[in-house]
Amino acid sequence: MFEYAPAPESVRPRIRDHYGLFIDGKFVDAADGSTFKSVNPADESTLFTVAEAGEADVAAAVEAARRAHESVWGSMSGAERGKYLFRIARLLQERAREFAVAESIDNGKPIKETRDFDVPTAAQHFFYHAGWADKLAYAVPGGPEPRPLGVVGQIIPWNFPLLMLSWKVAPALACGNTVVLKPAETTPLTALMFAELCREADLPPGVVNILPGAGATGEALVHSPVDKIAFTGSTAVGRSIAKAVAGSSKRLTLELGGKAANIVYDDAPIDQAVEGIVNGIFFNQGHVCCAGSRLLVQESIAEDVLARLKERVATLRLGDPLDKNTDIGAVNSAAQLKRIADLTATGEAEGAEVWQPECALPERGFWFRPTVFTGVQQSMRIAREEIFGPVLSVLTFRTPDEAIAKANNTPYGLSAGIWTEQGSKILWTAERLRAGVVWANTFNQFDAASPFGGVKESGYGREGGRQGLEAYLDV
Amino acid sequence: MSEQSKPEQGRSKQGAGKRGAAKRTATERNTTELARLHVKKTYKLYVGGKFPRSESGRSYAVTGPDGAELANAALASRKDARDAVTAARKAHRAWAAQTAYLRGQILYRAAEMLEGRAGQFTEELSAATGKEPHETLGTVEAAIDRLVHYAGWTDKFASVLGGANPVAGPFFNHTKPEPLGVVAVFAPQDDPLLGLVEAIAPAIATGNAVVVVASEAKPLAALSFAEVLATSDLPGGVVNLLSGKVAEIAPHLAGHEDVNGIDLGGVEDAALAAELEATAAGTLKVVRRPGTAGSSLDALRRWVEYKTVWHPAGMAAGVGGGY
Amino acid sequence: MGSMLSGAEAVSLVRALPGVDAVGLEARAAGLGTRSIKKESKAQAIDLAIAMIDLTTLEGADTPGKVRSLCAKALRPEGDAPPVAAVCVYPAMAATAAEAVAGSDVKVASVATGFPAGQVPLDVRLADTEAAVVAGADEIDMVINRGAFLAGDLERVFEEIKAVKAACGEARLKVILETGELASYDNVRRASHLAMHAGADFIKTSTGKVGVNATLPVTLLMMQAVRDFRAATGTQVGVKPAGGIRTTKDAIKYLVCVNEVLGDDWLSPHWFRFGASSLLNDLLMQRRKLTTGHYSGSDYVTVD
Repeated sequence: MFEYAPAPESVRPRIRDHYGLFIDGKFVDAADGSTFKSVNPADESTLFTVAEAGEADVAAAVEAARRAHESVWGSMSGAERGKYLFRIARLLQERAREFAVAESIDNGKPIKETRDFDVPTAAQHFFYHAGWADKLAYAVPGGPEPRPLGVVGQIIPWNFPLLMLSWKVAPALACGNTVVLKPAETTPLTALMFAELCREADLPPGVVNILPGAGATGEALVHSPVDKIAFTGSTAVGRSIAKAVAGSSKRLTLELGGKAANIVYDDAPIDQAVEGIVNGIFFNQGHVCCAGSRLLVQESIAEDVLARLKERVATLRLGDPLDKNTDIGAVNSAAQLKRIADLTATGEAEGAEVWQPECALPERGFWFRPTVFTGVQQSMRIAREEIFGPVLSVLTFRTPDEAIAKANNTPYGLSAGIWTEQGSKILWTAERLRAGVVWANTFNQFDAASPFGGVKESGYGREGGRQGLEAYLDV
Repeated sequence: MSEQSKPEQGRSKQGAGKRGAAKRTATERNTTELARLHVKKTYKLYVGGKFPRSESGRSYAVTGPDGAELANAALASRKDARDAVTAARKAHRAWAAQTAYLRGQILYRAAEMLEGRAGQFTEELSAATGKEPHETLGTVEAAIDRLVHYAGWTDKFASVLGGANPVAGPFFNHTKPEPLGVVAVFAPQDDPLLGLVEAIAPAIATGNAVVVVASEAKPLAALSFAEVLATSDLPGGVVNLLSGKVAEIAPHLAGHEDVNGIDLGGVEDAALAAELEATAAGTLKVVRRPGTAGSSLDALRRWVEYKTVWHPAGMAAGVGGGY
Repeated sequence: MGSMLSGAEAVSLVRALPGVDAVGLEARAAGLGTRSIKKESKAQAIDLAIAMIDLTTLEGADTPGKVRSLCAKALRPEGDAPPVAAVCVYPAMAATAAEAVAGSDVKVASVATGFPAGQVPLDVRLADTEAAVVAGADEIDMVINRGAFLAGDLERVFEEIKAVKAACGEARLKVILETGELASYDNVRRASHLAMHAGADFIKTSTGKVGVNATLPVTLLMMQAVRDFRAATGTQVGVKPAGGIRTTKDAIKYLVCVNEVLGDDWLSPHWFRFGASSLLNDLLMQRRKLTTGHYSGSDYVTVD
C-alpha cells in the first residue's frame, strides 16, 4: 500500500575513463602496459580501465616508498606528519558524498552504507591516527620512543575498499612508515580517488603508492623488499602470505576470515536482537569478515526469534545501490556470487531448510536474496565455511555452556555476538568466546579508537585503537 | 615412580622431600651399607603434571662440556609432543580462568621453590656448562628474580596493555589482552635455566599453557625445573617439558593444529626456523622468530591477543530517563 | 476487546516481557528515519498523514468558536485534501465539536479522566469519561495513573483502565501512557501491554503537556508492542503518537515505521493517528509544493 518511489542519489562523482598506477606521487601506466577493467556489479557495465601493476611496478613503488621514508617521512616530526593526516581527514570529509557514490558504484554496496558508514568512518580513522603521530611515546608503554618499521606493503579486500584503505594507511603513516597499497582488483576506484586526494593534500611523493592489480600484484608486493606486510582478506591467502614471509625479517599482521557466532539467549532484548541478527548478516550483503553468519539461538525461544526474523528480513529492500532506500545492494562480483550460490546449494543438499523472502532481483548485475537456513548442524559446510554473502545459518543451543562450545567450535576467531539482558551472563560469555571482537547487545560496531582483529585462523594483529599502532611500530 | 599413578592434587601438594624418600626402597638401603652408592636421578619428561618417560622408550646421554656423561634424558618423540599439547590444551582453560592474583602467587611460589633448591641448580648448571659455581649461582638467582618479576606482572599487564576506548557512540568499549592458548616454546640452547625461565614465565603469567622443548644438549636443569613447578601449585599441564631433538619434535609442534603460538627463540638452525615458521603458517600460529628480544612487557605481549568487548550504554533519553 | 485476564495475571505477564535495549531501539528508529520518501510516494504519504490526524486543541482558553473553527478545518483542510480523522478536545467542548462535525466521517475524540495529570479520584475520572461520551465523543483519550505505575502498583493501573473502558461504552478508548514520565523503555513496553490487556483500543504516547512527548523510538516500541499483542491474542490495537510532531518530514518517518514494522494492516486512520495541531498546516504546505512546484508560506494556509 505504501510503496517508496525511487530515491536515487543525485551526486555523481567524476570517474575517469582510465586510471594509472600511483607511484611516487604520479599516475603512470604499468611498465608492461597491462590494464584491466572495473565493472559496476549492479549492471555489469564497464566503469573504467586501470593499469595493472606488475613486478617492475611493485619494485618502483617500493623504491619510491623507501626514498620517501628515508628522505622525508621517516624523519619528519610527528606533529608535522599528523598535520598531513588531519588534512587528509578533512579532505575526505569535504568530498565525502563523492567518495560514497563512487564506492557504491564500484562495489555494489548501498549508498546508505557508504554515506553513513564507510566514508565517515574512513575519515574518522585518519582524524584519529593523525592525533597519534606526535604521541607515539605514549602508545607503547615501558620503552623508548618506538620507531617506524619503514616501508609497508598493504593488501586490502573489496568489501570496504576505502575504509580498509584507511584502516591500513592511517596508522602506517601516523607511525612514520610509507606505504605501497594494493586495492582489490574489483574495487580500485576509491583508492585511486584517494591517491588524487593525497596530491591535493600535498603529501610528499612516495609516501603513499597505490598499485591496482590482482593476486599476482599482491604476491609481487609480498616478495618485494618491504619491511612489513599487512593483509586483510581470506584465510587461504593469509596463510600463503605467512608462508611467504617465513624466515625473513618482514613483519606481518593478518586480518582474515570469520564465522562469527551470534548468541541469542532466552532473556535477550528481543527486538534489538532481531535487528542485531539482521545487521550482523545482511550489512554490506554479508560481505563482512566479522559477519554474524552463525545464529546460535536458545532452543526455548528459537521459534519466536525465527518468526520475528523472517518478518523483518521480508522488509529488506534489495536493488539499486544508489537508491537511498536500498538495504541490500549487489554482490561484488560474478565470482563471489557463484561462491555464495555454490555454498548455499550445499546447505540445501546437506539437509538444512532454506528460506528467502520474496523479492524481485534486477535483471542485470550480481544479486543474491537474503537467505536464512534453519535446521543447520555444526557439521554442515554452511556452518563451518565462510560464505561472505547474505546467508545466515541458524543453529540452536540448550545451555550457555553449549552455546560457548558451539560458538568456539571453529578454526576462526574474529568476532562474536551476545544477546541477553543479564550483565553477568554477558561478561561470563564474553570471557569464554574465542574471538577478537565481542559485541554484546549490539553487532557490527566499528570505531577508529577500538582495536579490531582476530585470533586463531582469523589472523593476528589489531587495527584501530592504541593497540593497533603496535602493528606499525618496531616493538 | 609411584607418584605417576597418584591423582594430580595429591601429588602437587606433596613435598619434594617426601618424593625423594619414596624413591629409596628398603632393598636399596640394605645393599648400600659400605660405601654408600650415590642415587642418580632419572631425568624424565614433565607432561600433564606427571613425569613420564618417553612413550618411545628412548633416552639419550647428556654430557658435560668435557664429554663426561652426566645422565640420560628421555628422548621425546612426536607422540610425546602430541600428548604434551593435549595436556596443555586441557589445562589452559582453567589456568586462564584463574584470577591473575592466584597466577601471581603460583609464580611466586615457584620462585620460592627454586630458591630452596638453588644449590642443586647451581651444581647442575656448573656440570652442564663448566662454569664456576659462583657464576652459575648468579644465574640461578637471576632466574629466581625473573620469576618474582613476572609473578608481580600477572595482575598488572592487562591494565597496562588494555583499557577503555572512547568510541564515537553510545557504547562502553573495553580492550584487554587474552592468552593465545597453547604455546610451543623452544628454549634457548645455551642458557638452560635462565633462558628457559625467561621463555616460560611471561607465557604462563598471561594465562597460556606451554609445551617447552628444553635445550637439546643441556636439558637437565630444565627437567629439574619441572620439579620446581610441580611443587609450586602450578596445575598440571600448564607447563609441559620435553627433552629431545629439536629437529625431530619441532615440525610436529609447528604443524599441530591445536597450537596457537610458537617461540622459535631456541632454534639455532636458521633454515629449520624458517621451515618451522612456514609450517606454523598452516594454522596461522603466532610466531616469535629467533633473535627477537625486548622488555618483559614485550615478552608478556608476545603471547596475548587483544579482545575488545562492546556494549551499548544508554537510557531512554526520549522518554525522560536520559535527563 | 483486550484479553479476559485478571489484574494479577496481566501484571505477571507484563513483568515477564523481554527487555528493551535503548541504544538498539534508537538506532533502529534512526535507521527508519533515513528513508527517503519522494514524489508520488510523498504525495500519498501526505494525504495519508492528513487523514490520520486527530486535530487537537487542548487549551484552557478553548471556546466554542475556536472549536468550531478547528472542526471546519478538520472537515475541509484545503482543496481536495482529505478530511482529518478526528478532532480532539476537552470534554466541555465535546458537544460543540460533535455538532460541528455531525454527518461527516470525522470523529470526536475527547480527552478525559482528569487530563492531563489524571490526579483526581477515580470516580471523578469515570464521571468525566461518561460525560464526554454523553456529549457525543466517539473516542476517549484517557491518561493512565503514572503515580501508581511508578510506585509499582501495576494492578491498580490495570483496574483503572478497565473501569474507564467500561465507562466508554461504544466509544473507542485511547490510553495515554505519558511516556515522557515513565522513565524507561522497559516501562513503556510494560505500560503498553498492560493497557492492551485492560482493553485499550489505542495506545497513545503523550498528553502533549509534559517536557518530552512523542518520539520516534518510543512510538516504534509501542508499534512493536501492538504487533506482539496481536500475535499473542489476535486483538489489533491502534497507535497514536501525540505531541511534538510538527513537520511533514517527521510525520513521514512515523508512516515509514508503520509501514515497515506493522505493515498494511495498520496503515489506516482506524489504526494509526497523529495527535497534532500545527502538523496539519505543514502537511498542507508540502502538499501545495508538490502540486505547484513552489515552496509555500504560512499565509497560504489557514490559521485556525
